[in-house]
Amino acid sequence: MTASRLLKTLLRQNARYYILALIFTIFRTMAQFATPAILAELIDHHLGDGPSRFPALLNRGFDRLFGPGYLGQNLWLFGVMIVLISIISGVAFYFRGTLTTKGSQNAAQHLRNRMYDHIQHLPFDYHVKVETGDLLQRCTSDIDTIRRFLSDQVVSLLYSFFMVIIALALMLPINPGITLLSLSITPVIFLFSMYFFRLVSQSFRKSDEAEAVMSTVLQENLTGVRVVRAFGQAQSEIEKFEAASREHRKRGFKVASVEAVYWGLSGSMGNLQIVISMLVTILAALRGTITIGDMVLLTSYTSMLMWPIRQLGRVLTDSGKTRVALNRLVEVLNTKTEPEEPDALKPVLQGDIVFDHVTFGYESSRPVLQDVSFTVQPGQTVAILGPTGSGKSSLVHLLQRLYAPQGGQIRIGGVPLEKIDRNYLRQRVGLVLQDSFLYSKTIRENIAITTAQADQPHIDHAAQIASAIDFIQKSEKGYDTMVGERGVTLSGGQKQRIAIARTLMKDNDILIFDDSLSAVDTRTDAQIRDALLSGDRRTTTFIISHRISTLSRADLILVLEDGRITASGQHADLIKQPGLYRRIYEIQGGSDASPARHEEVTA
Amino acid sequence: MQYELDQQEAPRRLSLSLWKRVLQLARPHWGKIGQCMVMMILLGVLEAAQPLLTRYAIDEIVVKGNTANLGWFIGLSLLLMVVLDFAAAYGFLYLAGHIEWHVNYDIRTRGFRKLQELPFSYYDRMPVGNLLTRLTSDTAQIGEALGWGMLDFVWASFYLLASFVSMFLINWQLALIVLASIPPLLAVAFFFEKRMIANHRKIRRVNSQITAAFNEGIMGAKTSKTLVREQLNNQEMQQLTGEIRRRSIHASVLSSLFFPLVTFIASIVTALVLTRGVGITLSGAMSLGSLAAFVGYVVEFFHPIENIAGTFTEFQRRQAAAERVLTLLDTQPDIQDSAEVEAQFGDNFHPKKENWPPIAGDVQFQDVGFKYKDGEEVLRRFDLHVQAGQTIALVGATGAGKSTIVNLICRFYEPTQGNILIDGVDYRQRSQLWLQSNLGYVLQEPHLFSGTIADNIRYAAKDASDEQVRRAAQLVNAEGFIMKLEKGYDTQVGEGGNRLSTGEKQLISFARAIIHDPRIFVLDEATSSVDTETEMMIQHAIERTLEGRTSFIIAHRLSTIRNADRILVIEDGQISESGTHQELIAARGQYHQLYTTQFQEERSMDELGSRRTQPATT
Repeated sequence: MTASRLLKTLLRQNARYYILALIFTIFRTMAQFATPAILAELIDHHLGDGPSRFPALLNRGFDRLFGPGYLGQNLWLFGVMIVLISIISGVAFYFRGTLTTKGSQNAAQHLRNRMYDHIQHLPFDYHVKVETGDLLQRCTSDIDTIRRFLSDQVVSLLYSFFMVIIALALMLPINPGITLLSLSITPVIFLFSMYFFRLVSQSFRKSDEAEAVMSTVLQENLTGVRVVRAFGQAQSEIEKFEAASREHRKRGFKVASVEAVYWGLSGSMGNLQIVISMLVTILAALRGTITIGDMVLLTSYTSMLMWPIRQLGRVLTDSGKTRVALNRLVEVLNTKTEPEEPDALKPVLQGDIVFDHVTFGYESSRPVLQDVSFTVQPGQTVAILGPTGSGKSSLVHLLQRLYAPQGGQIRIGGVPLEKIDRNYLRQRVGLVLQDSFLYSKTIRENIAITTAQADQPHIDHAAQIASAIDFIQKSEKGYDTMVGERGVTLSGGQKQRIAIARTLMKDNDILIFDDSLSAVDTRTDAQIRDALLSGDRRTTTFIISHRISTLSRADLILVLEDGRITASGQHADLIKQPGLYRRIYEIQGGSDASPARHEEVTA
Repeated sequence: MQYELDQQEAPRRLSLSLWKRVLQLARPHWGKIGQCMVMMILLGVLEAAQPLLTRYAIDEIVVKGNTANLGWFIGLSLLLMVVLDFAAAYGFLYLAGHIEWHVNYDIRTRGFRKLQELPFSYYDRMPVGNLLTRLTSDTAQIGEALGWGMLDFVWASFYLLASFVSMFLINWQLALIVLASIPPLLAVAFFFEKRMIANHRKIRRVNSQITAAFNEGIMGAKTSKTLVREQLNNQEMQQLTGEIRRRSIHASVLSSLFFPLVTFIASIVTALVLTRGVGITLSGAMSLGSLAAFVGYVVEFFHPIENIAGTFTEFQRRQAAAERVLTLLDTQPDIQDSAEVEAQFGDNFHPKKENWPPIAGDVQFQDVGFKYKDGEEVLRRFDLHVQAGQTIALVGATGAGKSTIVNLICRFYEPTQGNILIDGVDYRQRSQLWLQSNLGYVLQEPHLFSGTIADNIRYAAKDASDEQVRRAAQLVNAEGFIMKLEKGYDTQVGEGGNRLSTGEKQLISFARAIIHDPRIFVLDEATSSVDTETEMMIQHAIERTLEGRTSFIIAHRLSTIRNADRILVIEDGQISESGTHQELIAARGQYHQLYTTQFQEERSMDELGSRRTQPATT
């Protein structure tokens, strides 16, 4: 997809709004030219003795309706006309405004939903590497730039365009030469506005940058206030901030001053055009080439054109930013999501799990797992021990198809993993990640996050098993406590317990703790595992841990070093052989590594 | 918290006293404000004069066929509309920009100074985001209000005034018709502006919710994937995007009605003026040019009225921002040096170092009690005497009061009861800067500032030589990783130091404290993020540098503190055990228990190569 394709899609989806808005814009613009025309008619035909300047059709219509000369004797009808025109113009304005808002808001909604949906379906790997600030900016300010283009700027451009076209259409028939003289320097004003905004875009950028620098200094000072105080550096911080703030002032004021030049200059250029128009029309009227009505009309029309022309440069420069914004969105939307697999299977996942010579690496040249093979019987607990970077997390992530192995195969109940529907698999395999992310919702909503609705006993039960219920009930608002940015800050252990509880709310065939019991103390760790084991159906469980007390009770212990299984078996076997497991075992207190000795160290 | 502030409704009434105070703050720029007003008045009058030129052109030149004054007329038009108009418009825009940016700067830097004086208890209550807003967009709003809002109002008033003067001069009957339309126009304008601003605020609120939702969607994407929550997330997002769409369309109905309604009223006025005016002109009581000029006024006069209504509502909107800033400026720090102290030792910004007594580092807590603002009591009747040069370790559970104790020593907070003596003198009898200039403080989450590594090490000793910087880095064994970086000491650390790892940041913050050459050292969890080997090296460095300095160490890794002169186990704001490592181990109390369990886990973590802290103990 390209930027122009995306823009076309947005415009096509809302074509009816834009086409209608276009028609109303034409109406509105025409109506604006009517009042001066009525004044001119009054001056020439009714106050003076010139011929009527209204279209013959209109005059005949009046005569037919009210009788000849009725209009001339009832001048109040002109007042009625003015009010009617204002109503037409107002209605057109109203519909133009609401229609373009509808169009642009629809487009913005489409983009927001599409980006959000797309981001969610991008592969796990993308999110591991992504720069969140940049992506966020694309979803917010870039979409906003496009929305503004589709509402204000499109309208502005159309309006200016029709103003010029209709003005020319009305002015040229009166007298082409005088019209052209009346608008003689308008192209210059237009070019000047184009040139100017292009020229100063640099100043705008520098001003934005200076603001960013100042905010950074401010933010660093505020977050580092302890350091500032502890070193008695308030004075030098003030100097630093004032320097940044001065620069910001200088840049901002610079923009204001060049804008002052622009608006001042373009204003007087516009006025110069009006004076020229006055001079030309006066001379023509004196010579009798045009009437006084024509003179009023031409000068009014000229001055009506000046403001939109002066604005054009800015609008066009701003529109340039839209292309950049579109490109930034397209870049994300073109990143491949996890592919759809319509033929994927949804088998019962209660069979044995087989890792068959599995090899995997984030970059194929550097394998993280090499030739890993093992088999787990349904209902067994598998514990994995290994140093940082040995591939423990990667191994369990493969089970949710967050990544695909490069070699070998993983089978559950004989079905190769890659044949199993991804979402189905993730629904049936509970994975508690190492870093628990909670949503800014209440604790209740966080625990019941995977289901649209959940009953309280169910939630209580999950919280109970995860040993979360105590601290939840102790907190002032209980389950209704808000978590995250808008609410309370939970400790790492509390977050982890809620993350465990929310995973337990699902119906899991396989449960994986990716070092996710580390933030809870040993006793809670044991409690959680005991509670899990006491269920009626035994779930196949994978636990990554470094606690011997946790590891020792597993049916199968895998020792992973540098992506290879260096030892496997049960506790009793492993402590008999030299190696990592025995070393850790000895460090942790040897034979009496029972949970009782691992008292909670601190609160 | 920030949310609640966003949701604050705008004050209903315009508070004149508040804006008077804002004007007081802008005092240095009164001259410019005055000049700017002159420009605005000039501009208003010039614009109001334009229809008169049309009148002259029609009546005196075209109708009479008199070309004698044509040259003069064009000359005058050029002077008024081109030359003077440019001067007035440029002057006004330039001056308004000047006022906007300078007022903004003045208030912002004043606020910043105030923030440098306010104690930590203030920061405890105020989220950083909130303070950021106050010193960025809030001050900008005040600048804009003074630079543009106030002056727009002046322009509109004078334009209206001048227009009405000439309208009355042309024909008072017609002028009265126009005048009569002002009340309904103002009523409509205020009615709409108020609602439009309320709408605008609501939309902004939903917008910030959408931003938050995107943020969460991006940050939590991995979790959402493992929980297969994409569909539900999408639904929630669609609700929000649907809401902002609905609200925006709703708002556009209002704003699209506003302008037509105003022009509708104006068209009635125009219609009345025109039909009546043509009648008067036909009767010969008014000239053709006057009629044209009058219509010219009528077509334009609702612009300034709209402007006046807009300015008022804008001021109402900005009032909340001004209030927030003024509240900040009015906040009195609750830790403040007394007048006598300031006279003798200088204030935070102008120290009188010549009067500062040297500091030895003897620290004494006398019957100290401390309560946080929210009433939570942390310390009660706490006594402690530390001789100059001793190393004291504090051990205990989170919330036991360890950090409070060191914060009190640093005078980030003051005791709510009892005294803290430094070298035998209550530290409130010395200036804050005296103490803080002699502190070395290393935090668990090291905070660096944008700039190079050298800049950061030099933070508290601006005139330290490159050699001194290097020595400090060597002392904490930071030079190894620094030299591996492409630009060595000149490497940019990024915003908040985020281009370095936590461990690296910790080493830099260590070097920064050492170069400061403090008498009192505070290490709050300072080595939790470095691996054991580095920690050992820092340990040696600390022992060397701490010699002769009083130091307080808070550490969860107990291996860090084995060599302390005294270890205090803190429990509920009390010292429950005190002694050297050997003594406490021998006593087989709480410390012994902590030590043995933790020691095992620490060693396993080392074996597994993990450099993370032991989360179970944080």
